[in-house]
Amino acid sequence: LGHDVHFQEKKIALLEAGPRKEYDPMPDGYSNRVSSISPGSATLLSSFGAWEHVCSLRLKPFRRMQVWDACSEAMIVFEKEDLGDMGYIVENDVIMCALTRQLDAVADRVEVFYGSRAVGYTWPLLSHSCDTSPWLQIELADGRRLQTKLLIGADGHNSIVRKEAEIKNIEHRYDQSAVVATLHLSEATDNNVAWQRFLPTGPIALLPLSDTASSLVWSTSHEHAAELLAMDEESFVDSINSAFWSNVNHSDFIDTTGAMFRSAITLLKPSGTAVRQLPPSVAKVDLESRAVFPLGMGHATEYVQHRVALIGDAAHRVHPLAGQGVNLGFGDIVCLAHHLSTAAFNGSDLGSLKHLLKFETERQRHNVSLIAATDVLKRLYSTSLAPLVLLRTWGLQATNALPPIKVRISFY
Amino acid sequence: LFRLPVKRLFSASHSSVDSAEIKKFQLLAHKWWDEEGEYSALHSMNDIRVPFIRDTLLSMSNNYNLGSPLSGVKILDVGCGGGLLSEPLGRLGASVTGIDPLEDNIRTADQHKSFDPVLAKRIQYKSSSLEEIVEESMETFDVIVASEVVEHVADLEMFIKCCSQVLKPEGSLFITTINKTQLSYVLGIVVAEKIMGIVPDGTHEWEKFVPPEELERLLESSGFSVKTVNGMLYNPLSGSWSWTESTSVNYALHAVKSEAQGRSSPTEALSEVESEQPSATAGTAA
Repeated sequence: LGHDVHFQEKKIALLEAGPRKEYDPMPDGYSNRVSSISPGSATLLSSFGAWEHVCSLRLKPFRRMQVWDACSEAMIVFEKEDLGDMGYIVENDVIMCALTRQLDAVADRVEVFYGSRAVGYTWPLLSHSCDTSPWLQIELADGRRLQTKLLIGADGHNSIVRKEAEIKNIEHRYDQSAVVATLHLSEATDNNVAWQRFLPTGPIALLPLSDTASSLVWSTSHEHAAELLAMDEESFVDSINSAFWSNVNHSDFIDTTGAMFRSAITLLKPSGTAVRQLPPSVAKVDLESRAVFPLGMGHATEYVQHRVALIGDAAHRVHPLAGQGVNLGFGDIVCLAHHLSTAAFNGSDLGSLKHLLKFETERQRHNVSLIAATDVLKRLYSTSLAPLVLLRTWGLQATNALPPIKVRISFY
Repeated sequence: LFRLPVKRLFSASHSSVDSAEIKKFQLLAHKWWDEEGEYSALHSMNDIRVPFIRDTLLSMSNNYNLGSPLSGVKILDVGCGGGLLSEPLGRLGASVTGIDPLEDNIRTADQHKSFDPVLAKRIQYKSSSLEEIVEESMETFDVIVASEVVEHVADLEMFIKCCSQVLKPEGSLFITTINKTQLSYVLGIVVAEKIMGIVPDGTHEWEKFVPPEELERLLESSGFSVKTVNGMLYNPLSGSWSWTESTSVNYALHAVKSEAQGRSSPTEALSEVESEQPSATAGTAA
């Protein structure tokens, strides 16, 4: 918003609990928190000059994504027809650094309060009466008071803004945690493919960071996650490799029917099946980079209220299996910024529900289907029961053979 | 000198303000800022009338500062009510003077803008009729906005002449109002007031509606050149306004005051000029 031409005369404050993040010089080791950035999100970041900084720091584009099942041979491959970049794996710290630089560029309009925390909110009444101020008042931990026409809550899935605004949240904790780590591959490779395999305990994903390093995101049961964290390096690496390579979960029945289905597809659509490739093998892991965090799903019943808007994880929280969490948030930003920019150019009161509701409708329509689909996929793939495996096997194989659906999924 | 014409207007004892109309608005003076209340249709009208004013002025000027597109523009909002239109214009950078004959309206408007430090300086409200400010505000304003007002005034011709006097040459006049047609009676009064309550009952009188042709005629004969006339349509289901081809019900108009000073355009009123010859020469000689 600070870079928006219609916001030149406006004043924006950003409350950030953490310290200022600078990257000078860049550490050699990769951070263990990475995000898969979609092309749409990259466009957003480049619209205000942050993407250039990301490119000048470091990122890894990937061209292909292979997703397959541990219980069968079923597999789906995503790639762009023109062999362009499907997405980018970027460390979260790199994005933060790029954003910090661009915030500095509009310091006259955007004031960032590092290390601050809001401790009290005074909500304005909807219909304006004589003495009460129509502004939203915020009290900070250090005693300072701010007043604003619009408060945007971007404070994560435990959003305090959401709680204070008394917006109900539908949430569900998964019985899974995600283990992350930075891995080093056995041998250098082009490493421009993202790999994800659905194990009965949860999906394991390998996201490329460089020609020799990849990031691990392994969603699994809490107990298994704790075990993984406690293992020594060799056992940890072995677990990862066998998770990707072993066929222990296959059953003959499923393999046979799967093969039959595949031949049927080959008859109907010769190009509809692809050869399953194997991901690179892992040799080492940065032991200090191992971490675990619990997973859950959430969706706020309302994204907006008078003078309040929620974006990102504060509004919706999703399982990492689709790599979409942060991209949904970026999508929220594009939409909200567009509506606020138009409102500013119309001279409207920025906290007015009229345009905030337009944002809510647009995003809820978009987000709800993706969040629901991700949840369904998570549940569907959390089992090794034959009927469900068959269902998802055929489903996956069929989807792989149908370009229109695949294209829609990858560009969502 | 313009003393003579002004004096002549004042000596006619009626003004453009209709006291019966004032009473209608008195009751609702504090309801202006309830976005979902009686004035909700006016709130949503901002979504088309503000861009209309903004874009017309931008296209006529060299100002490319999109953060403050109306900066440096002096606007008079006649019949400003609670300031519903003055505030967005102020936010876009204009210096706005809002006048309304009803004191309670001005009080509401003043109070609402007082909470915003930026608007409090950019907007000035005065409880006054248009004629009352003419003397001290000759050729002061770049733009006059008379939105949803001309259907309430008693003497439209005088109203327009006063607009011409306080407007700078080549200044813009924006009017939004309601046409006088069968359709506007059905939709504007029967449906809007009696059936759906979009507008408070009794707000409008069909007799006072102004057809665009008549408005254009009055404007042209007062030294204005009408540039644009657009029909407006209100959708009660969505609560929003849109532009439309037909001007049968609501419409918006943009006119520009000609450079040549004076109340009549030279070609149209030759006979008028001849008969006024003595006073005109007396004026210029002085």
